[in-house]
Amino acid sequence: MNDWFHKWRKIKSTFISALCLLCALVVIAPLALVLFTLVKNGASSLDWNFFTQLPSPPGESGGGMANAIVGSLVLIGLAGLVGVPIGVLGGIYLSEFGSPRMNGSVRFAADILNGTPSIVWGIVVYALVVVPMKGYSAYAAGLALGFMMVPIVIRTTEEMMALVPNSYREAAFALGIPHWRIVLNIVLKTAGKGIITGILLAAARVAGETAPLLFTASGNNFFNHNLAQPIEALPMQIFTYALSPYDDWHRQAWAGSLVLIVFALSLNIGVRWVTGGRAPHLTK
Amino acid sequence: MTKDSPLPASKPAHAAAAKAAHSPPEAVTFDVKDLSVWFGQNQVLRSVSLQILPKAVTAIIGPSGCGKSTFLRSLNRMHELVPGAKVEGRISLFGEDLYGRDVDATLVRRRVGMVFQKSNPFPTMTIAENVTVGLRLNGVRQKSVIQDKMEQSLKMAALWDEVKDRLHANALSLSGGQQQRLCIARALAIEPEVLLMDEPASALDPLATAKIEELIQQLREKFTIVIVTHNMQQAARISGHTAFFYLGKLVEYDQTSRIFTNPAEKQTEDYVTGRFG
Repeated sequence: MNDWFHKWRKIKSTFISALCLLCALVVIAPLALVLFTLVKNGASSLDWNFFTQLPSPPGESGGGMANAIVGSLVLIGLAGLVGVPIGVLGGIYLSEFGSPRMNGSVRFAADILNGTPSIVWGIVVYALVVVPMKGYSAYAAGLALGFMMVPIVIRTTEEMMALVPNSYREAAFALGIPHWRIVLNIVLKTAGKGIITGILLAAARVAGETAPLLFTASGNNFFNHNLAQPIEALPMQIFTYALSPYDDWHRQAWAGSLVLIVFALSLNIGVRWVTGGRAPHLTK
Repeated sequence: MTKDSPLPASKPAHAAAAKAAHSPPEAVTFDVKDLSVWFGQNQVLRSVSLQILPKAVTAIIGPSGCGKSTFLRSLNRMHELVPGAKVEGRISLFGEDLYGRDVDATLVRRRVGMVFQKSNPFPTMTIAENVTVGLRLNGVRQKSVIQDKMEQSLKMAALWDEVKDRLHANALSLSGGQQQRLCIARALAIEPEVLLMDEPASALDPLATAKIEELIQQLREKFTIVIVTHNMQQAARISGHTAFFYLGKLVEYDQTSRIFTNPAEKQTEDYVTGRFG
């Protein structure tokens, strides 16, 4: 009887352990599969031309995605100009100045915004900027991506500043330093690494967004020389190429996806390495 | 605050400097009258009155939760940082009301420095930057003034000889005792008139404690020092006067020798002889 009971428990234990392992694999497998497929299909098309040439007309081989790569970097820069100041200042407000009631509503709003589907941001900016300006533009696209960065940057900034021990604030108050200088020169400086981490992760997140760009950036087969004009971005170019009937474009779409995911991965891994694995936790 | 203070002249501090220059020194540093402090609904201090003498060490003793830290913090308005703090009564510093309507708490804290139980040098700054942070962030720009003050403060805190060759090392590279003396140097650099110390040696080993106590003896010649301590022997060794707090009330305040040898109150005697607390 006792022996049978023991055996039954062993079977149950093995079964549950195997189930856990299976679930873990289910989590890891997609990432591994995606990486594997991208390297297999994309690596062969990655050459110097891919990074330096403009797209070639359909049917002609060669060409690259230089305009999309530069465009993506420009858009991330524009998004940062919008998202970083608002996000960091908002985070500072939550951590250092806000009343509990106000903080509750700001946090709630930030969490809702964080969960807003990205296409909604595209439509919002389309209505607010593209329609009045009578045209797609890099500004509009940067704004849409910037809005998406705000809630992420707000919450990570707040989290990182809350990690700064109160004893530092006390020490600074006891020296008769004004509150704003304490925040600027002591709290922000101590939390600096974590805040930069949050900004980089937010940038990596919006770098891969396509939906908000469809209504704002529109795409451009050439380099953008005027931010009031349409601009290309890597995810959009991938989207267009993948839907096209040309094999050469398919190969380039694979290569573009590989570049995009390596960019996002290296930001994530780099950030983790710099902060010793204590990178801020991001939902979504 | 002395007349040649490097800090920008600010109204109340300036008024005090002018007063100090034209009238004889006040007989008391802090004149506390009927001080009560609440945190929310919780009354922590109950009508405390006492006078703290200049250029002397005053010790505050009492069991945990008796309000002695709150009392210390009310002397430079640090307790106001806790939401829901409320004060009644009056504290004057050299005759000037600390809680007056137009008195800025920031300026009070420049005149009344503070050292905490746990040393808290700023981790992103070097030793030198830690000492001068109070000057720099209060608007002092002249490099020579900052340099002189840094050296002078480290010397006053008896730390100069140990750190003069590595002023630009991170402050956290110092030992616990050195870090605490660095915090004292940091507090001294803005030329306060008073130094408040909240159990400054309770986290240190006996040798480091002895150094801090020796330092307090030297600083007494220039500053008014108020120290909260859990250590009876320490209070007996370093202070001229001792105040015993219990349950938010000032039970007894007298010369340290009397408090420890012939206290007027039974409660004081029980506490200093270790029968409770």
